[in-house]
Amino acid sequence: MLVAGKVFRVSGPVVEVEGVRGVRMLDMVEVGREHLIGEVVRLKGEHAFVQVYEDTTSLKAGDPVYSTDAPLSVELGPGLIGTIYDGIQRPLEVIYEQEGIFIQRGMRTRPLSREKKWSFLPKRKSGDRISGGEVIGEVQETSLILHKVLCPPEVRGTLIWVADAGEYHIDEKIAVVEEAGESREVFLHQRWPVRNPRPIKAKRPIEVPLLTGQRIIDTLFPVAKGGCVAVPGGFGTGKTVTQHQIAKWSDADVVVFVGCGERGNEMTDVLMNFAKLIDPRTQKPLLERTIFIANTSNMPVAAREASIYTGITLAEYYRDMGYHVALMGDSTSRWAEALRELSGRLEEMPLEEGFPAYLPSRLAAFYERAGNAETMSGERGSITIIASVSPPGGDFSEPVTSHTKRFVRCFWALDKDLANARHYPAISWTSSYSEYIDDIKGWWFAHVDREWVALRYLVMDLFQQEERLSQVVKLVGPDVLPQKQRLVLETCALFKNAFLQQSAYDAVDTYASPKKQFLMLKTILEFYQQAGKLVQQGISIEELRILPVYKDMIRMRFKYTEEMLEELARLPQRVRQSLEELSF
Amino acid sequence: MSDYRLREYTGFEEIVGPIFLIRNIHNVGYNELVEITDEKGRTRIGITLEVGKEFAVVEALGGTSGFSLRNCRVKFKERPLSIGVSEDMLGRVFDGLGNPLDGMPKPVYEHAMNVNGLPINPTARDYPKNIIETGISAIDVMNTLVRGQKLPVFSGSGLPHDLLATQIARQAKVADERFCVIFAAMGVKYDTAQFFMRSFRESGVLERVAMFLSLADSPSIERLLTPRLALTCAEFLAFEKDLHVLVIMTDMANYCEALRELSTIRGEIPARKGYPGYLYSELAGLYERAGMVRGKRGSITQLPIVTMPNDDITHPIPDLTGYITEGQIVLERELNNRGIYPPIAGLPSLSRLMKDNIGSGMTRSDHPSLASQLFACYAHVKDIRALASIIGEEELSPLDRRYLRFGDEFERRFLSQDPAQRRDLEEGLTLGWDVLSLLPPDELVRVKEEEIKMHYKKRT
Repeated sequence: MLVAGKVFRVSGPVVEVEGVRGVRMLDMVEVGREHLIGEVVRLKGEHAFVQVYEDTTSLKAGDPVYSTDAPLSVELGPGLIGTIYDGIQRPLEVIYEQEGIFIQRGMRTRPLSREKKWSFLPKRKSGDRISGGEVIGEVQETSLILHKVLCPPEVRGTLIWVADAGEYHIDEKIAVVEEAGESREVFLHQRWPVRNPRPIKAKRPIEVPLLTGQRIIDTLFPVAKGGCVAVPGGFGTGKTVTQHQIAKWSDADVVVFVGCGERGNEMTDVLMNFAKLIDPRTQKPLLERTIFIANTSNMPVAAREASIYTGITLAEYYRDMGYHVALMGDSTSRWAEALRELSGRLEEMPLEEGFPAYLPSRLAAFYERAGNAETMSGERGSITIIASVSPPGGDFSEPVTSHTKRFVRCFWALDKDLANARHYPAISWTSSYSEYIDDIKGWWFAHVDREWVALRYLVMDLFQQEERLSQVVKLVGPDVLPQKQRLVLETCALFKNAFLQQSAYDAVDTYASPKKQFLMLKTILEFYQQAGKLVQQGISIEELRILPVYKDMIRMRFKYTEEMLEELARLPQRVRQSLEELSF
Repeated sequence: MSDYRLREYTGFEEIVGPIFLIRNIHNVGYNELVEITDEKGRTRIGITLEVGKEFAVVEALGGTSGFSLRNCRVKFKERPLSIGVSEDMLGRVFDGLGNPLDGMPKPVYEHAMNVNGLPINPTARDYPKNIIETGISAIDVMNTLVRGQKLPVFSGSGLPHDLLATQIARQAKVADERFCVIFAAMGVKYDTAQFFMRSFRESGVLERVAMFLSLADSPSIERLLTPRLALTCAEFLAFEKDLHVLVIMTDMANYCEALRELSTIRGEIPARKGYPGYLYSELAGLYERAGMVRGKRGSITQLPIVTMPNDDITHPIPDLTGYITEGQIVLERELNNRGIYPPIAGLPSLSRLMKDNIGSGMTRSDHPSLASQLFACYAHVKDIRALASIIGEEELSPLDRRYLRFGDEFERRFLSQDPAQRRDLEEGLTLGWDVLSLLPPDELVRVKEEEIKMHYKKRT
């Protein structure tokens, strides 16, 4: 390997290298005798500044720095699904087997297994014209994912040879493409630099919701496939549980879970759970559609910065196969802090709270890699980004939250007071929003019910009224309000207890299909409308509360499983009947 | 040893606070151990903070007082700072740099370990399981502590966090396993350290406690090392000797202050309130050393104590701590002023790992719903109290008045207990139902109907 220079200065994860020649910006280099991986982030004369992805303890001035002559890249191919990687795509399971419980430095392990053989089935034949991103063949990667072997984006020409169906290592050649007398070999795996988005044919409009089975999300603040959501919240408000729930229950084909600077035990929780949990739609373990990237808070900070790029590049690879991918980023604030730390070490000019001036442009570039796409092979694939934000002190005006808001169209604000009252998910109905409702209402019309949008706005209107009324209640108590207004409060309370709260740990309640959500919504609004007539006749709200059907509503989220939806569909009718009986 | 290779240098270029710059040196590694001998022949240790071509910036862990630019001799040890570890460290008292304080010789070490530790591979972790019964209902019932968890105590000056910590250390019960406590004091007063030592001695647990004391009069820079020594020792005992280790660290605020001091001297760009941008990573490097790992029987449970400056939970220290730890126990001044001990605030306290470790087969089947119901009702009490302070208690509805009674009983009977009292979990759960039964059963929507039938106490 070529020596590119010598270490000149070491300050934490940033290493200054002298005497460099022939090194490009964002090239990957290997630093010191232990070959620690780093990336060139600044060039100045014969000096290069390298951010090192591993602990730099014991690195000395004069140590050699080696050039790899390539940017920081990930390996793409079958075997990604179900694997847990660190921020620079080193397989942690393999490291554990080799090194034991602690992560040593200078570990060199290939991201994909070299031993495993994959059963390859060609889809094109020799003589076909092929261009970048088109499907050459298929590999059944897991029982859920049919891995499409793509022609690398930069390759085009005529296929002069394609491997026969059979078992292949990922290092084996599976095709040869010739263009203008030059031939290129295509392997079962390819590499892609993480900082560059993979190409697509075109972006397409957003139309379909990403169903999460979480009622407050799907019904009130839906996210679309190809959209971006920010989930900000102070500590203890349930960001991570929300992320886990979506990773478990969303109807994405592939989930990339990036644990960026968060707790080690949380990753363990996810890993153990996902190995056991069965996807309700496919009856297969969730592990068979999930890729994990774990760069926990105590792992090197520079690798934390790289981890979300590694994650999104893997997501793009599966999108290019025509899959709908959800990328969970927990948490982007830790990523931004890594950026800040590195920026400080590079002695750059700080802006608000010490963050560098390029924070917003980096955020924008990241979120733009989401979207609904027409892939190079003409299929539809999408990436949805669900990014949690951890604002210091729960203050949403801080730089990361406020900049993120500019680039996402959906915002699930987690509320400390709700979390304190153990109202989970603690998503606030007053400060959250979704701009995707108009994009996806067509889907609800076609697949669930035409009333959906109208009912949704009705609920939102009730909550607006409640917001105003609760100001009054705080001052004088609820008893002085007219019955009609007390009914608004009562309905909202019912709505919070019976609909918005959703237990992640209850076998039935943890997931609600769109149909179930709609029926529950309809039941409560039916109650509101019928009760409105009754209170005008002078019937008190306390009388309504003791009705058996009221209790049924309170417990409907636990009681009606997805197999009992026909029974639930009769509940609005029963509510109407039993309230009508009262009026006589 | 390769001591013959060690070169000695004389003379610094600059000394600022606890750090100094030395030039014309070679072959010095980043973050490595340095030994400095001053004119009088006293030796102190330091760590390289930055190394470059022919220079190094060193922080002297014992401070730089008495150093001069010309007469100090410096040895670069060419290895990171390490500590000798052995099971004999239990029952001993050390200073903040690991030297014995109890007048006895250094324990015979089994081997030396790098104090910086290495990150635990997330796939090697085992999810924390099995609760640690502390005998304090507010913790056992409402915020259960789990082996391998890191659960800080957020407190304020004048609140009884030390008393609580000793009560936990004394009463903590780990079923059928070996258990020990490591206590790291950073910048606390001598009285506080004495208080801990005395209460460990009186309760007869001293022989299973190792103490690392960096007191308020020690150089502040020493505090950066103390928790690392304690945690390295804990890793040895947990992962090599199969012990269940409880690490109590007090006070994390002093650790962060020392970090800020050092960062400011180095002229780094501050993030919030003058704290360096890497405070989060720095704290995570300590807190994440808690846990359990696959194939090892021992565990490290952390109980860091954080006094919140000005009782402000949004201050960077408690804030960043809360983002890393798995919940928090918050002490409340108002409860304390009303004479309620332990003054554990009902709502902001939380144990994240509780959910997977309580319920049937682990504690008692009704435990999760009972805890959730108590939280919900107590949250409602707070709303009603706010309302009552405006319109007066007389104007409240009868139901709301029952809630107020519930709130009082909850605080007086359930939360309160004597610092010497060990109330086991079963007793705590029964008491929880006792106070919950002050409310009509219709209000209890978070518990199952069977549980109401079984545990609800009808009153006449």
